[in-house]
Parts: sequence; C-alpha cells; structure tokens
Amino acid sequence: MNLENQFNTRKPPVATTGLIGWLRINLFSSWFNTAVTLLVLYFLYQIIPWFLDWSILSADFTHNYKGEKIIDRTFCSRVANPEEYHGACWSIIIVRFYQFIYGFYPVDQVWRANLTYFLLAVALIPLLVENLPYRRHLIKFTIVFPIIAFVLLYGGFGFEIVPTNKWGGLLVTLVLGVFGIALAFPLGIILALGRRSKLPVISMVCTLFIEFIRGVPLITLLFFGMVMLPLFLPEGINMDGLVRVLVAVTLFQAAYMAEVIRGGLQAIPQGQFEAAQSVGLSYWQMNRKIILPQAIRITIPSIVNTSIGLFKDTTLVIIIGLLDLLGIGRGALSDATWMGLSNEVYVFVAIVFFIFTFSMSRYSLYLEKKLKTGINMGAD
Amino acid sequence: MSEDSIISLSNVNKWFGDFQVLQDVNLEVKRKERIVVCGPSGSGKSTMIRCINRLEEHQEGTIIVDGIELTGNLKNIDSVRREVGMVFQQFNLFPHLSVKENITLAPIWVKRMPKAEAEELAMQQLEIVKIPEQANKYPGQLSGGQQQRVAIARSLAMKPNIMLFDEPTSALDPEMIKEVLDVMVELAEAGMTMIVVTHEMGFAKTVANRMVFMDEGRIVEEAAPEKFFNNPESDRTKLFLSQILNH
Repeated sequence: MNLENQFNTRKPPVATTGLIGWLRINLFSSWFNTAVTLLVLYFLYQIIPWFLDWSILSADFTHNYKGEKIIDRTFCSRVANPEEYHGACWSIIIVRFYQFIYGFYPVDQVWRANLTYFLLAVALIPLLVENLPYRRHLIKFTIVFPIIAFVLLYGGFGFEIVPTNKWGGLLVTLVLGVFGIALAFPLGIILALGRRSKLPVISMVCTLFIEFIRGVPLITLLFFGMVMLPLFLPEGINMDGLVRVLVAVTLFQAAYMAEVIRGGLQAIPQGQFEAAQSVGLSYWQMNRKIILPQAIRITIPSIVNTSIGLFKDTTLVIIIGLLDLLGIGRGALSDATWMGLSNEVYVFVAIVFFIFTFSMSRYSLYLEKKLKTGINMGAD
Repeated sequence: MSEDSIISLSNVNKWFGDFQVLQDVNLEVKRKERIVVCGPSGSGKSTMIRCINRLEEHQEGTIIVDGIELTGNLKNIDSVRREVGMVFQQFNLFPHLSVKENITLAPIWVKRMPKAEAEELAMQQLEIVKIPEQANKYPGQLSGGQQQRVAIARSLAMKPNIMLFDEPTSALDPEMIKEVLDVMVELAEAGMTMIVVTHEMGFAKTVANRMVFMDEGRIVEEAAPEKFFNNPESDRTKLFLSQILNH
C-alpha cells in the first residue's frame, strides 16, 4: 500500500522573498553580518578593479605602449617607463608559451603531446557526463589512457623516442599529477584492504609500508627515487628519471589514499559484510561490489582533497631538476632577457594551477551530489 | 547424526574472549523442519544460528550442514553459504544498489547466471514477498517491513535449502511486523527448512514444529510448541514464558 497517495498533501509555500529577501537573509541578517558584508565588499572594490587594470586594461601583451614588439624585458612598458606604466607584461608568458605547455619537447613531434592532451580530455568525458551513450565502453578507454599516453609521449612502436628530460612545463605537471593519482588509487585500495586483512603477514607489511611512507616527507622520497632507487636496480637497467620520480610520487600518494579509503571501510556497518558473505559472495566480490563502492562514495571529499594536495606537491620535483610548470617559470625568470617579471610568471602559474585544482574540487562536489540522489545510505 | 538431518550441531562450544557464549550445544534439524529459537538476550541464540553459516566461528564441536562439515576450509564455507540463506534483524540491504540489483547480485556473481535470467528470478522473488512494484527503488526509499521482505527475497534468490532468521521483526514498527511474518508463514507452508530466532510467540505457535529455549549459552529445553507453551519442564522456561506472554 502506498501511503503517499492516501491523502492529498499540500505543497510547501512558495518562497516569496526574492532578491531583497535573499540579501536580507544571507548578507544583512544581523549587525555583525552586515559589517562583514560591507568589509568584504570594500576589499573586493579595492582588489577587483586594480587586478583587472593590472592584468588586462593596462597590460602589455605583444606590443608595448609605443607600439613596439616586445622582445625582451626592456621593451615592457612598466620597465621602459615605470613612472607612467604599471600594468603586467605578459610577453614573457607569450614568448615562452611553448615551454610552459610542453617544456623542451621537439617541435616536429609536438603533435604527439597535443594528441595526448586531447585524448586526456576525451578520457575525462565519461567521468564527467553521466548519461553518455556507450559510457561503459568509453570508461575502458579512460582506464587504458595512461598506457596510450605513455606510448604517445615517450615513443616506441614506430614513434621517435622523446626522452623524458625533454618534457617539461604543464606536460610534466599533468603527467605526474594524472599518473600519480591514477596509479595511486588502485594501489591505495589494495593497501587499505591489506591493512585490514585478517592475515597477519599481509596486514603487517601494508601497515609498515603505509606508516613508513607517511612518516617521510615527499622531498625525501623524491631524493630516494632519484639517488637511491638506481642502486637497488640490477645492473644494466637504467630507470628513466621521470619514471623514478613517478614511482616516488605514486607510493607517497598511495599511502595517503590507503588511509583515506581505510577510513571509509571502517565506516561501513558490519552488517554489510555479513549480508554479502551470507549470500555467498567471495572476499573480492564482496569488496568490489558491496564494500568499496560505499566506502569510496563516503570518502570522495577526502580522496579529492589528497589528490589536489598531490597535484600541487608535484611542484617539488623542481628540487631534483625536473622542470614542471613552476620550474619552467623559474627558468624564464633566471633568463637575463626576462628577469624581474616574477609577478607575471607566478600569477600565470597560479592561475593554471587554480584552474586544475578548482575543477577537481567542483568535480568532487558534483560526484557527491550525484551519488546522494535517491540513495539513503542506511544509517544516515 | 540421524539420516534425515540437514543441520547437525554436536557439542558446540564458543567463547568471545573469556566469555563462553555457547556451551555444549546439540541440535538436530530435519529437512523441512521449522524451529523457533527463543530465550533472553545474551543467551546465545543469534550466535548459534550465525555459526550455522559461519558468520561466527565455533571453537569446539562439529557443525554439519547438508552433509558438509564447517571447518576452516573456505570451499566448504562457500558451499554451505550457498545452501543457507540468512535474514538479519537490521535487514542489511545494500544501500547503493536498487532493490532488483540487491536480489540479482548474488545469482549473477556467485552462480554466474545471465543478467536477464537473474532479473526474471528477482521479479519472481519479489512477487513471493508481494512487492514487485518496488523493484527499481533503493532500500532507503522503502519502509522497514518492505526492506525486510526484500532481504528475504534476496536470500531466496539463491534457492537455499535452509533459511535462518535472526530476529527478523525486532527492528520493525508494530504495524509492519505482520507483513513480514505473513511472508515467513507462506515460506514455511511451502516446505522451507527454517530456523527462526524470534520473540513473536504467535508466529511460533502457528509455524514451529519445535521450540528451542536457550539461556546462558545452553539449550535449556526443546519441545513441540504445544508442550512448550502449555507444559514446559524447566523453571527457567516457565519464568521466561510468563514474562513475555503476560505483558
């Protein structure tokens, strides 16, 4: 019997507050909130016009205030005539744009990097759009994407080899970020399950690994990957520098991911395990179908949180000589022709990082919303 | 164990730490027999039936289910779990799966049944528990009574020979208890072997072939319902019955 249809229920009253009502409730509900609102408005009033003026209205792009093409720092309006001009000089970014995006990737092979960027976007689509036709098959592409990307970027299979010391800029940042997160996620799940295992050896090995990695700063692991890892490898095998860094980054991220996922596993009621076992599911089936989907769902905010952290931490590779986005920026600044334009470089790098990390955080919100609809997770 | 026993517990002992929860439990259940287990809380009723599908491990004694002895052997445990369905007090439906997916999951993954066939089976089971119209909802959208009936359907979909019920109505609002008990009565009439831990004495009187009364980890009394309710032997049973029947 459907109780909802037994009585004619009334709809809730329609909100009639409108814009003024919204402002009153959200911005001016008390004298304190009013004061905070006004203060924030004042700061925005100070900052936004100033930033717009600096970054766009008064800024140089390719030509300076005299209409000359900017070829080094002395042509920048704010360098040539600091009395009157103060706007940004984006030429440093424009001139070195290629380096920022690809590093020192050979120009005649750059289509491979472009194709990889494009395929990355394609691989992300099934994660972003839910009601996509053939989504199940597209997800398969997403899963194999890292392999395709590696072959495309590095070479082999008929492609010319582009050694990783030629890679740089956004390419290195994304390779470390995307590969690091993509590889650390499954590894983290296995470590989390391992730590909770009833078999003492497995649980001890996983616990030791996680605690060791978590107890060590990422920089130490990067040095370890760079300097010590080659000593452990058999003679004659020379591991690529970027791969060594990637190993360090992945292990680091996996340990954190494992603890996040373990937290999710602990939140799953015992009854779920028992119900799964009582219908005859095996250990792996139970985890794959029942436990992990729920555990991952409740830990999405934390998973994205550590992923964003990792993405930003990739800038640390600069200390072992890899030139990621920030490294390329610093390289540009140490070049005598462009010295002194650090504001422009750091603002540009910050904006690029912000675009990626902010997208990740919006994606996490989207996932949370999507997974909540219609599903009441038992206890709550 | 006798010829037609489907479940046989002999001298089963179990401890939680230093606390003995089961003491020399002996129980024989025949095919198609319906047993109702009752007793005060902490008497080991739930632990006993949870040992039958190895959700709990017993430390001494033997448990044989449909000819398979429960030991540490994982293969045996899997075979027994395929024979035995279980319904829990807290339903334990999978909240991230729809009602239909809850039911088809095990047939598809454990029995490798094709999806279409499993869905047809799920609808049959939902007919049995009288809620086919809820197939595409999620557990969180159902009432407690409906959820418990889905849980029963989920177990039945594996075509078990034995059903264990661990206080299936204790977490339900009073007006939903009947809808769950009705389903269980029909199941009993269809010839299912059942062990039911419950305090629903009305249900016990109509359905049970045999009553088992437990206290402090022991089986204190085993009798046909007629005798159990009207003429119990042990004083402990008399006290228990007087407390739950006169309120």
